[in-house]
Amino acid sequence: MVSIILFAPLIGALIAGFGWRLITIQGAQWITTGLLFLACVLSWIVFFTTPEQTQHIELLRWIESGTLSTSWGIRLDRLTSIMLIVVTTVSALVHLYSFGYMAHDENFKEGEESYRARFFAYLSFFTFAMLMLVTSDNLVQMFFGWEGVGVASYLLIGFYYRKPSANAAAIKAFVVNRVGDFGFALGIFGLYYLTDSIMLDDIFADASRLSGVNLQFLSWSFDATEIIVLLLFIGAMGKSAQLFLHTWLPDAMEGPTPVSALIHAATMVTAGVFMICRMSPLVEFAPDVKTIIVFLGASTAFVAATIGLVQNDIKRVIAYSTMSQLGYMFVAAGVGVYSAAMFHLFTHAFFKAMLFLGAGSVIHAMHHEQDMRNYGGLRKKIPYTFWAMMIGTLAITGVGIPLTHIGFAGFLSKDAIIESAWAGTAGGYAFWMLVIAALMTSFYSWRLMFLTFYGKQRGDKHTHDHAHESPMVMLIPLGVLALGAIFSGMLWFGSFFGDHAQVNRFFGIPVHETAEAHGEADDSHGEGVVAATEGAVEGNGTEVVESLTEDTVTEGSHAPATPAEDHATATAAGSGMAPQGAIYMAPENHVMDDAHHAPVWVKISPFVAMLIGLVTALWFYIWSPTMPARVAGANRPLYLFLLNKWYFDEIYAAIFVRPAFWIGKHLWKRGDGKIIDGGLNGLAMGIIPFFTRLAGRAQSGYIFTYAFAMVIGIALLVTWMTMTGGAE
Amino acid sequence: MIGIEHYLTVAATLFVIGIFGLFLNRKNIIILLMSIELMLLAVNINLVAFSSYLGDLAGQVFTLFVLTVAAAEAAIGLAILVCFFRNRGTIAVEDVNVMKG
Repeated sequence: MVSIILFAPLIGALIAGFGWRLITIQGAQWITTGLLFLACVLSWIVFFTTPEQTQHIELLRWIESGTLSTSWGIRLDRLTSIMLIVVTTVSALVHLYSFGYMAHDENFKEGEESYRARFFAYLSFFTFAMLMLVTSDNLVQMFFGWEGVGVASYLLIGFYYRKPSANAAAIKAFVVNRVGDFGFALGIFGLYYLTDSIMLDDIFADASRLSGVNLQFLSWSFDATEIIVLLLFIGAMGKSAQLFLHTWLPDAMEGPTPVSALIHAATMVTAGVFMICRMSPLVEFAPDVKTIIVFLGASTAFVAATIGLVQNDIKRVIAYSTMSQLGYMFVAAGVGVYSAAMFHLFTHAFFKAMLFLGAGSVIHAMHHEQDMRNYGGLRKKIPYTFWAMMIGTLAITGVGIPLTHIGFAGFLSKDAIIESAWAGTAGGYAFWMLVIAALMTSFYSWRLMFLTFYGKQRGDKHTHDHAHESPMVMLIPLGVLALGAIFSGMLWFGSFFGDHAQVNRFFGIPVHETAEAHGEADDSHGEGVVAATEGAVEGNGTEVVESLTEDTVTEGSHAPATPAEDHATATAAGSGMAPQGAIYMAPENHVMDDAHHAPVWVKISPFVAMLIGLVTALWFYIWSPTMPARVAGANRPLYLFLLNKWYFDEIYAAIFVRPAFWIGKHLWKRGDGKIIDGGLNGLAMGIIPFFTRLAGRAQSGYIFTYAFAMVIGIALLVTWMTMTGGAE
Repeated sequence: MIGIEHYLTVAATLFVIGIFGLFLNRKNIIILLMSIELMLLAVNINLVAFSSYLGDLAGQVFTLFVLTVAAAEAAIGLAILVCFFRNRGTIAVEDVNVMKG
């Protein structure tokens, strides 16, 4: 069944891409969309029937070379099944949505160019590559999917190939991603070098052994796990638009809006988060890199949110919002609560895809006007879109009832991350960054809402008069995603971020709870954990019982359940066999429990931040609309700094792009033009004719000249032989 | 007593005369042929002298070969000259420079 999910989009892409002339453009659209819906339905079935044990399904053998043995395989566990439903659901809805959104496009000549079949083929191809990424059982296959989504992203960002800006954005996305991919590839090489395998299970089994190994490179020596996880994280940074490798994501908004929703909000950009969660058995052994991940994730969340405050393009606001939310996910992964990262990934896919599709609907209604300053008062014109966007905004800003588990999707997942950040960094940098980012998230999201749907109509009056609600095929996906944005958090909160037993059951982890229960019971970790004892009390009975039963089943594969166990034995016993379950949390990793027992002020802080943001936005954009201009005028340098995205593009242009252009130009003009071409031409047209003339002049044509030369030669030879003793 | 060095001196003198005849003569190709003949004879004298000196008949046998080949060569050379004269109407050395580069 997973194979069908995996290959349905590929078949759709091939049929639509190469066979649309036979089956007409309509046929191509229906086939790709139909296959995607099939994959979607099957994915949900797989999700609800995910087996406890990780399943390995081998499809084909791929590379056999020496000790390298690779096959196309599917690794079916909870992580895969979560990604399956995210990818196929959003993709299927985006396919459906594109029926309406791509129906007319002024970038192509109507009736002459069949851009729609191509578009749907690209979308399906992207889905296939993404599924390949999330289902892969080894790193090389994951890398294949990783590059596949990169190609699809390039093709779709540059879909309007007549627009120079779209082409530039596509190239930028591709090039910036290459930087990250280089790190990922080096990480894979390093893992193969150290473990002699690229199969995930083998690597995970060796993970604890690797943490003691040193890797020599030139004259430096690194801790193997740290450096490899760092390299993998660089790959994740590129794909997930983390700080320093993020500049491509806002530019990627040049692509059609359904593409932004599918690739640059819901699926592809979360591949990095997924990868870090997938590699959690390795990441757990790299505490320093985890700190880096937390720091970069928190900084990204903060920086992106500040930029989002002042952007005017509706899609760019949501793009920076995406980047900020990705930062949240990395913080969660970095502090070791991978389930919370996946939870936010899961809920974010729904509400962010919906926000993008809603923005697309607004753009569609406003005749491809994207500047929010030209919107206003659209609430009455496009009511369904308004309500969808409203639900999306409520979800992303995290509206819910504090201290309960009732609220929109973002409320539950974001609070989970913020509590984890508090617990994981002892209330440090990451926590405060995330809370401030939550405040700003609320502000810019509501700003978007107020600028678009409230207030007076601004901009071109003609456009406003013709603003119309989108067709049904665009509203249905919005409705479905709205359901997800409302309920996905509440339904799965327990599974992703409930108490330990529940999470472990969900992710199929038997190992962890034994170590966890005992580790807390004898309190030998000395981490200064405030809530450790509380955690041990709560639900300890069930955990111990379960742990004992589990232990008899999977004896020897994990830490022995003796009260005297310590970290050394726990890690030692863990080696030699891959940890069970989709994610892995080290025995000493209590962040999730600590997060559950965070003080009340921590738990309500994101909610308060959200309220402050909402009130500020109300004040700025509803109560006194002149306020933003005055604030911007008063803090002009700051405003420009944010409006120009912290000048990242300018700095990169100065540091990397222009020198690269300069080097390229010089290599071309000087290196190639002057040295190589000049050298060849000089040789062929200067030096050779010079010698030819000399040699020609030597040919007098008179026999005696030749005879003279011969005699001189003989005389020289004889002299030489006489001097050197000849044949003796 | 006439020793081998006398023979060799005569032969070397003849050879050098032949060479100078070859180089310095700018008039007539027949003189070129004669110079070549002279050089061959000088070589023959050397061969006979060494043959007699070493008591080895092979040198004299070789001389006869050389004489034969020289006769054939002279015949072919004169034949070429006749052909050349028929075509170009001259056998002056200065005019024989078709191979000039």
